[in-house]
Parts: sequence; C-alpha cells; structure tokens
Amino acid sequence: MSLVVESIAKKFDRFAALNGVSFTVPKGAFLALLGPSGSGKTTLLRILGGLEFADMGRVQFESEEWLALPARERRAGFVFQHYALFRHMTVAKNIAFGLEVRARARRPPRAEIARRVDELLSLVQLDGLGKRYPSQLSGGQRQRVALARALAIEPRMLLLDEPFGALDAKVRKDLRVWLRKLHDAMGITTVFVTHDQEEALQVADLVAVMNQGRIEQIATPEQLRAAPATPFVAEFLAESLPRPMAPAANVVNLR
Amino acid sequence: MFQPRNAIEDPRIVRVGAVAIAALFVALNLVLPLVVVFSEALSSGVHAALAALKNPDAWSAIRLTLIVAAIAVPSNMIFGLAASWAITKFDFWGKSFLLTLIDIPFSVSPVVSGLIYVLMFGMQGWLGPWLRAHDIRIIFALPGIVLATMFVTFPFVARELIPLMSDQGRDEEEAAVSLGASGLAIFWRVTLPNIRWGLLYGVLLCNARAMGEFGAVSVVSGHIRGLTNTMPLHVEVLYNDFQYVGAFAVASLLALLALITLLVKSFLEWRYADEIAATHRH
Amino acid sequence: MTPLSVATRTAVRKPSALPGFLPTFAFTIFYLSAIVLIPLAALAIRPWSLGLDGFIKAVTTPRVLAALELSFGAAAIAAIINTVFGLIVAWVLVRYRFPFKRLIDALVDLPFALPTAVAGIALATLYSQKGWVGAPLSELGLKIAYTPLGVVVALTFIGLPFVVRTLQPVLSDLGLEAEEAAATLGATRFQTFRRVVLPALVPALLTGAALAFARAVGEYGSVIFIAGNLPMVSEIAPLLIVIKLEQFDYAGAAAVGLVMLSASFLILLMLNALQAFVLARR
Repeated sequence: MSLVVESIAKKFDRFAALNGVSFTVPKGAFLALLGPSGSGKTTLLRILGGLEFADMGRVQFESEEWLALPARERRAGFVFQHYALFRHMTVAKNIAFGLEVRARARRPPRAEIARRVDELLSLVQLDGLGKRYPSQLSGGQRQRVALARALAIEPRMLLLDEPFGALDAKVRKDLRVWLRKLHDAMGITTVFVTHDQEEALQVADLVAVMNQGRIEQIATPEQLRAAPATPFVAEFLAESLPRPMAPAANVVNLR
Repeated sequence: MFQPRNAIEDPRIVRVGAVAIAALFVALNLVLPLVVVFSEALSSGVHAALAALKNPDAWSAIRLTLIVAAIAVPSNMIFGLAASWAITKFDFWGKSFLLTLIDIPFSVSPVVSGLIYVLMFGMQGWLGPWLRAHDIRIIFALPGIVLATMFVTFPFVARELIPLMSDQGRDEEEAAVSLGASGLAIFWRVTLPNIRWGLLYGVLLCNARAMGEFGAVSVVSGHIRGLTNTMPLHVEVLYNDFQYVGAFAVASLLALLALITLLVKSFLEWRYADEIAATHRH
Repeated sequence: MTPLSVATRTAVRKPSALPGFLPTFAFTIFYLSAIVLIPLAALAIRPWSLGLDGFIKAVTTPRVLAALELSFGAAAIAAIINTVFGLIVAWVLVRYRFPFKRLIDALVDLPFALPTAVAGIALATLYSQKGWVGAPLSELGLKIAYTPLGVVVALTFIGLPFVVRTLQPVLSDLGLEAEEAAATLGATRFQTFRRVVLPALVPALLTGAALAFARAVGEYGSVIFIAGNLPMVSEIAPLLIVIKLEQFDYAGAAAVGLVMLSASFLILLMLNALQAFVLARR
C-alpha cells in the first residue's frame, strides 16, 4: 500500500518539465522533493494533486489508479506557497469549506463541522481565531490555517508546495519542526516541495533530489549525505549546513 | 478550440454556452446598431449618401465640429498635463478632493452639463443681461458650444495621466533637478517621453467624445441650421425631418471616427500596455 | 520668508525639490473653477429663486415625477441586465480562449466611443416596427420603439462597458489558486463559482452596476430617438429639462437638474461607503 510513480512525463509547449520520473514510497512516509527552480518538483506535486495532467506515465496510490481520479475526488490536501486562503471568508469558514461542499449524503451536520473546526484550530494552535479574516493574521498563522483547511477533509495524501517559502527564517524553523510532529502523529503520506536542502534533510524520511525534470537520487537524508549518487547531488548538498547533532533523529524506521 | 488546460476548467457545455451567450449579447446589442448605421446610409446607393455629405448644411456642421474639437481638445490636454503634474509630483492637502472634482463630469447628465452654462450665460442667466448689453453671444453661438464640450471632456486626459505618472514616480525628475535642469526642461525631456503614449491615448478619447457630444451641445446650441449645428446635432435635425439617408450618412462619418478611435486605442493597449496606465479603468 | 509663511507652507504642502507647483496648481484650480465649480454653483442656487415651496412644487408635478420614475426605473432595469450579461462577457473574455475574442473585447468599448446621437438613431431604426429586430418582435406582439421598453434597450446599450471593464481587472487579479484550493477540497465548479469566486466579485459588480446606473439616469442622446417622448408615458427626465429651458422656465429646469445631480452624487457616495465597508473586511 504505497505511492508508486511510474515514468511521469510532462511538457509545457516545448519545455520538458518532467522527463520520466519514477519512484516508490511507502505509505505514511514523509517525502521531500528537493531541487533548484525549474527542476520540475512543483509540476510533479501538482500532478499528484490533480491540478496538472501528465502527458505520460502512471501513478498508483493505495492500489488505485491515481491519475484517473479528478482533483475533486482524490482527497489530496494541497497547501499552496501563498496560502490561497479564501479572503472573504473567516478562518473558521475557510477550514470548514471542504466539509461544507460535500454532497448532502456525506456532509456532516453543522454541529459536527463546527466541532471539527475547533479541533483543528487547536491542533494548529490558533484557538479562538476562528472569527478572524486572513488579512488579520500573520504569514505563519495563515499558513497554519491553510494546513488546517487541508487537514479538515481527512486527506489520504498531503501535498505541500514550498509552504514556508514566504516566511522568515525563525518561523520557518519552528513550523518545520511542528509539521514533522504533526505528520508523525497522523501518519499521512506527505509530499513536500522545497529548494532548501537544510529543510528537506531535517524534516523528511526520504528525499528525492530533482534536476531538469529527472530524479537524480532518492534516499534517506543519511544516505544522501554519505553517498551522493551523482555530481549534481553532491554539489547541491554541499551547500547544506553541517551535520545535525543527532544523526539518528532523522532516520525513521520504515516498514 | 476550448482545450482543457487544468483541473479547474469549467465543463465544456458551460464554456460553449457562456461564450455563445456573450457573443449573442454583444452581437445584438453592439454590432447590430453599428451595422444599421452603414446599411441605412447606403440604402439608396453610395451617390445619395455622398450627396448628403456635400450638402452645405452638412459641411458647416462638419466644420463646426472640427473647430470645436480643435479648441476643446488642446485646452483640455493642457489642463490634463498641468493637473497631473501638480497632483503626482507634489504632496499637498486636498488632493483627493481635487481628484473628485476632476471626476465630476462623469457623474453629470450631458443635459445638465449644458444646462449649467445656460444658467450662467443664457438670456435669463447670471451674466445674461450684461452679455446682451455688450452684444456678446455665448449661448446659441460658438463659445457656448466650446464651453459645454470642454466641460464634458476635460477629465479624459487627466484621468489617463494621473495614475500613469503616479506609478512612474518622481525619481527621474528629481535626478534631472540635481543635474541642474529647469522646470520646462525637466517636463519636456524627462516627463513627456515617459507619458507620450498615455497622453496620446487620453487625447484620443477626449477627441472622440468632443466630436460626438450631443446632449450638452444640444442644450446650448439653439440648433441654428448652418450656424450652430455640430455633426451630431445635424444628424438629429435630418432624422427628425425624415431625411434618413442624410442622417445616417453623417452618422456613418461619426461611426467611422468611433471605429478608428477604437482601432488606435486597441493598438495602443496592445503595444504599449505598461506605458498607458497602471491599471485599466475607464 | 517669515517663519509663519514657512510653517503654513509645510502644513499644507510638503516642500519639494521639483519646480512648477505654483503655476500648475494655480492653473488647475482656475480651470476647474471657471469650467466646473462656478457653473455648478449656478445650478445649485437657481432653483431656490422659487423658494423652498416653489422648488418642491416644481419637482413634484405629475409630469416631473413620471419622468424621474422612468429615468431612474429604466436605468435600474438596464443596470441589472448589464450586471448579469456583463459578468458573463467579462468571465468569457478573461477565462476562456476562443476565436474572435480580441474583436469582442474591442467591441465592448463601442458605446464609449460611439456618439450618442448615432447610437440613438441606429437603435430607433433597429427596433422600430420595420426594423431588423423590431419587425419580428412586432409579429409576436412586442413593441419596443417609442415605448418605455425602448428606453431600457437604449440604456442597456450604453451601460455594458461599465460593468465589463470594471470586472475584467478584478477577475484577472483573482488568480486561480483559490479555485484550485477549492477543487482539492472537493468542491464542484459550480460550488467554487458560487462560494469562492462570486463573493470576491461582489464589490466590482456593485461598482460596475452603479456606474452603469449613474450614466443611464442622465443619458439623453441614445434615448430620445427611441423613446417616444410622450409626457407621463415615455418622457425621460433630461428631455423634460430641455423642454423647460425652451419655455424659459430656467428655475424649473434647474430644479429638476438639481434633483438628478443630487441623486447621482448620493449613488456615488453610497457606493464609496459600500466599497469601504467591503474592503474593511478583507
């Protein structure tokens, strides 16, 4: 029961954004797509989310033909770099959105929706801010609302597109740690796009280093540091920070 | 046609339906009237249409329209340049009040625009007796028509230049000052080249409106054939006289002017998009 | 330079390195006063020569009330029609690709560029009983020309660009991310449109509708040919002003003009307040 990506290719006009990407990741893993801009990582993420369509290739998740499902039906929570919060709705309404648009048969009663919203607000540590509007929140708070909103639909897969890119260094560090804890508590398969190697190496179970539409290497952070498979990977990671103090903390036992 | 591009594409039937509705509405509402103008003008053949245009009254109407535009447009252009210089290069109290004042003609009925000048200069107006005593005619004569036209069209250049110039900032002008340039030199060498397309755009709109203004001019002109009828007024006179071919022939000239204006406008918007305005507003 | 003059200068205007403030500012104020403020003052003052009672009587005669009702009523209906179709046209122009899109986009500006008299005679001919649209409709028993319905048609023509041009920049600024987010959260396109897109467009829709309404209320040239102009039935308020002027009832004309002007200002004020309210919530 894992995420299997097979030979995904995608072109924008003449530009080949993805050139045959394949990998397998166990269910519940935290995968980082790491690479410079133009490497195709966001395109791949959007294909996984159903916001882009691959020209070729196949994706299977939990034994389903993933690409045959429209975005609406995938229950893949997507967190955008610039939050994409609904400006004219309160925080609570934003979070409740995915539940409120469900077909009558599957829609929880109002009281239940409100309860879940409160639960999620607590989870992202924004208790009491339900009635605020996004414009009244800081960047870090808005990102947490975006996350809560994606979590509200009980997603099978969580996709994050450089979610901390627009935030300052301290906030990024804190949110990174917090996100990891959240992932460990919930066990959702998470794919996380970033161009920041420190971030990827510190937070992910598996890191796929991408370059020009291809995966150069996919391995655990430890393995990447110890044995970079190509010159590109070595160079890209060479700019990373010194080793973390407890190397073992970043290695997760995968089934 | 209608290629799907991403996950939030509307269902095909919605897209086709919406485009069809939009196209039909535009065709019915906008295209058809335009076509009618030319078709009616040519309904008795090209010669009849041309003959109508060569008629002496038609000629004086055309001349009058041109004269009025030749006076109103340049003075409004100067106003627009002065006002946008004052507003965008300096900070002072009352700016937004000034901006509101400049927008006034857009919220006033054309008839009211003419009415106010009649109230000032008409026979029973404020200055009526004084003008009569000195044998000066403003209403029912050229000056009145020019004034009414100026009122209706003066915002166009200013409204075009103000956002553009405020977007461009003051840096270049300040650099010019530091290099010793005089005010006029700064304006001519630094500012004007930056705003020339926006200026052209504004002048174009100003001119189209000046030549086509009807309501305001109708009130102040007195409809004296051969003397105080502009082209739009002449169209009315002919139409009310059941001389449809003549009316539509003159109207065709005006419609042609409108189409040329639209053409040049589209061209400027396409080619010089960022040199025209910060945002598109009309 | 006494200390006092320096102090007043900095309170009212920040000193600037750039030259030319005084001449441009003075010219701007002079121009505005001469062309706009003083004539408008004439309009504001003249009706009161009737006294308060006289003023109220002048604007509440059945004929005046009928005309005001027609002008405002037809303008409102036309504004609503334009809001609905204007939204469709703007959506289609911003979101879809199809042949002739550029052409339709340019045509939307036609009512801005076309002289109102030309539009007026074209619409009157088109919708008359022998016209291209009027003929088939009269077979169905529907008369448009020379009825209040004709007024609505004419006002719809001139109002469309206000709605479309106000919506277009807002729609394209909206960006697609919010809609993508809604899709990933399970919303259908219709739900996304209703819950995410439409609320974000409300301020622009209101603005466009109000601008179209304000313009339509005072419209003259496009309407008088198709309207019929029968007192109490199909006579618009601006025409009434013209008639009163021809009868030398300056005060009466000014009274009606003042009512129309005040109504336009009120609309704009309410609009600004509404926009401020909506914006404050973002």
